[in-house]
Amino acid sequence: MSTINPAQHLGAHEHGDAHAHGGHHEIGFVKKYIFSTDHKIIGIQFLFTTLLMLFLGGALALGVRWQLAFPWREMPIVGKLIFADQGGAIPPEFYTMLFTMHATVMIFLVIIPVLAGAFGNFLIPLQIGADDMAFPVLNMLSYWFMWPAVFFFVGSFFVEGGAAAAGWTSYPTLSANMSAAPASGLGQTMWLMGVTFVGFSSMLGSVNYMTTIINMRAPGMTLFRMPMTIWGMFITAILQAFALPVLTAAGFMLLFERTLGMSFFTPGGLVINNAPATTGGGQVLLWQHLFWFYSHPAVYIMILPAMGMVSDMISCFSRKPLFGYRPMVYSISAIAGLGFIVWGHHMFTSGMNPALGMTFMVSTIMIALPSAVKTFNWLGTLWGGNIQFTVPMLNSIGFVSMFVVGGLSGIFMAAVPVDIHIHDTYYIVAHFHYVLFGATLFGVFGAIHFWFPKMFGRMMSEKVGKVHFFLSFIAFNCTFFPMHMLGVAGFPRRLADPYHYPYLSHLMPLNQFITYSAILMGFAQFLLVGNFIYSIFKGKKVGRNPWNANSLEWTAPSPPGHGNFESVPVVYRGPYEFASPLVSEDFLLQTTYLPHEDRRAPQPAAH
Amino acid sequence: MVASIAAVAAFVVAPSMGWWFPTPGYSLSPLGAQIDDLFYLILAITGVTFIGVHVALVYILWKFGSGKGERGVFTHGSHTLEVVWSIVPAGILLFIALYQMDVWARYRVKSNFDAEALAHPIAEVTARQFEWRIRYPAPGKTLQDTPQFDDLYTVNDLHAPTGRPVVIRLKSEDVLHSFYLPQLRVKQDAVPGLAIPVWFQCDKVGEWDLVCAELCGWGHYKMRGQLTAQRDAEFQKYLQDLQKSQFDDGVPLAKAAE
Repeated sequence: MSTINPAQHLGAHEHGDAHAHGGHHEIGFVKKYIFSTDHKIIGIQFLFTTLLMLFLGGALALGVRWQLAFPWREMPIVGKLIFADQGGAIPPEFYTMLFTMHATVMIFLVIIPVLAGAFGNFLIPLQIGADDMAFPVLNMLSYWFMWPAVFFFVGSFFVEGGAAAAGWTSYPTLSANMSAAPASGLGQTMWLMGVTFVGFSSMLGSVNYMTTIINMRAPGMTLFRMPMTIWGMFITAILQAFALPVLTAAGFMLLFERTLGMSFFTPGGLVINNAPATTGGGQVLLWQHLFWFYSHPAVYIMILPAMGMVSDMISCFSRKPLFGYRPMVYSISAIAGLGFIVWGHHMFTSGMNPALGMTFMVSTIMIALPSAVKTFNWLGTLWGGNIQFTVPMLNSIGFVSMFVVGGLSGIFMAAVPVDIHIHDTYYIVAHFHYVLFGATLFGVFGAIHFWFPKMFGRMMSEKVGKVHFFLSFIAFNCTFFPMHMLGVAGFPRRLADPYHYPYLSHLMPLNQFITYSAILMGFAQFLLVGNFIYSIFKGKKVGRNPWNANSLEWTAPSPPGHGNFESVPVVYRGPYEFASPLVSEDFLLQTTYLPHEDRRAPQPAAH
Repeated sequence: MVASIAAVAAFVVAPSMGWWFPTPGYSLSPLGAQIDDLFYLILAITGVTFIGVHVALVYILWKFGSGKGERGVFTHGSHTLEVVWSIVPAGILLFIALYQMDVWARYRVKSNFDAEALAHPIAEVTARQFEWRIRYPAPGKTLQDTPQFDDLYTVNDLHAPTGRPVVIRLKSEDVLHSFYLPQLRVKQDAVPGLAIPVWFQCDKVGEWDLVCAELCGWGHYKMRGQLTAQRDAEFQKYLQDLQKSQFDDGVPLAKAAE
């Protein structure tokens, strides 16, 4: 490892000061807070938007839960308002819209943008020591391209026939044919437009992140001195750049099929809903392959950044270096690489060649390996630490615990024969909620509390944060754990009223329990938002480094001004030197220069 | 910790609460029984892992989270540990993957199907919004790819003989559906444009559920069918009765065909 001598360091200081000075000029309110090109403002814009969308998606989910617990019964409060024609009950075609749009909103407007958009934007320049993103205008556009998508998704509820109802996977021919369902007209077209815009937004972001991370790291910030958060964001950006074009292309194919009469996915001779027979020689399975070629890597897009952030938080609150930094980096990369060759496991019962089932099973089961390595390394990080149970730490521990559940339940579905029974049942629903909600969203809750002081210069209330964590954690597990049992019992997804099947009729009480837990979980989120908004104005003011963490963002003011750092930071070591014997405090900033460090440092393990 | 104990407890009580495999709790088909065995095998492996990891997690949190504020151990990792916890899970996972191959091959690879059953499918099942249309060949005849004048038709009511493997041809007329027999652990999507042979063997006489498991539109939830498994002789009699009810107008069938 190279050491930068102090003279250079001072030089960088002077240069940086001059730069920061030159950067100070007044900009108007609109330019500063709305059409801003400052990565921090854009990140916070993303954060506000996704929190808002979280409540929209949650409300849709509660609609689904109401129907499953009390089918065809009047919905409290909103029932009479929305479904006056049906006596306040959810009609079945609206039920199909509810789960379709719940997934769409949660995936495309909450999880992907909150990770890459909010935290990616906010943290990447700060953690690598850059003054902004490589392409600030592209960055602004990436936020504003999300709004047309919001418009299309939300607006589609108000067009004739309603919002898309073919599931978030939009399998043809249900999604391709205009007469297949009441919502197969404009609603489905608007859904495709919305997905295209979200894709555009992600693509602008990912190009920007890759360029920034490769080109704009501070002096001394080698790749293997980057915090895990940056590694997660970096790998995610690569995944998006390579996988997303496939979905965009497939989306256009489906759009052309619907509007221009082309035929990619619809075979000839189908009579759908008594419409004239279809013509053309398309293949239904083609869409599934194209869709999952993006959407399986998207699953990792939805968790790798959270893994990175959780690694940072666990190391910080164990007051101990991250265990196995390099294996962590390698396993993230391995997950991303393998992530490209496992998409077929969504199609085990689809009728594709059975030989493919076998190969996809092996690759899918092997992807559990890097996930296991990561889990063991998190445990290794905790071991021997001085653990502090702050709100970010509690959420991170929750992340690890529930990621283990989600990972292990994945093995059942990866095993093709077992998947035959549990495919398209609530087992799948349990599994991906454990990964996406239990892991990712709890990671995000932790990250919000952790970086809030950097965003607003104030702390969020620890007390409210703890109540929010425990309520959410208990309600989450009561909601999703029983779904494993439902799945084993053969309870299919997406049925508006499963109880008229004799073998499912006894499961209604369990579903009612799940619904009560889901309602509790939904309302617990008001604690988060209340705490968040209150703390922006009234939280306790803090200095630069309230958590005594090491990485670069904690050397900048809270909140950092335009241009982030007063001087270009110079990096001397990795971000996890907690409890270092070189200093008396239990943390050691990446920028702290120690004379003769090389001579006195104990030889760290090579990985 | 409480949560993980509750999780294990939930699995223990689940079968007695009916939150488990559909009644009668075991698979009615021999291949399905093998699927259940694989399920229990994976459940055992993952269960042990789940308990192990959580015991470790709780112990670590208890031991190192006491709030005494001792300085953390300054270590960046251990090469030996990394190797151990890479190779051990890799071996277990590879074992799980390879161990599944045989059942999958018997379930889906056509050359492993029972030749007799494959040559004489009992019926063609065509899914459409929102019903199952079933076409049987006339008694004593073989199912043809195209409908024949003496074929027999029912809706949502599939009959099959017990005790031997049977094959159906699965088609879809409009959108994707999925042919799901929960008690037999059989699931296969019905794909527009494809005719997929599906085999199963039901060893227990009775009426079992036939469910659509792939979203097929607003009425997906009500696309309910039924599998009636009966002894071979009764199945043949059922077909003859069906033939009678569909064709018998007093004129013998052979004459009508002329």
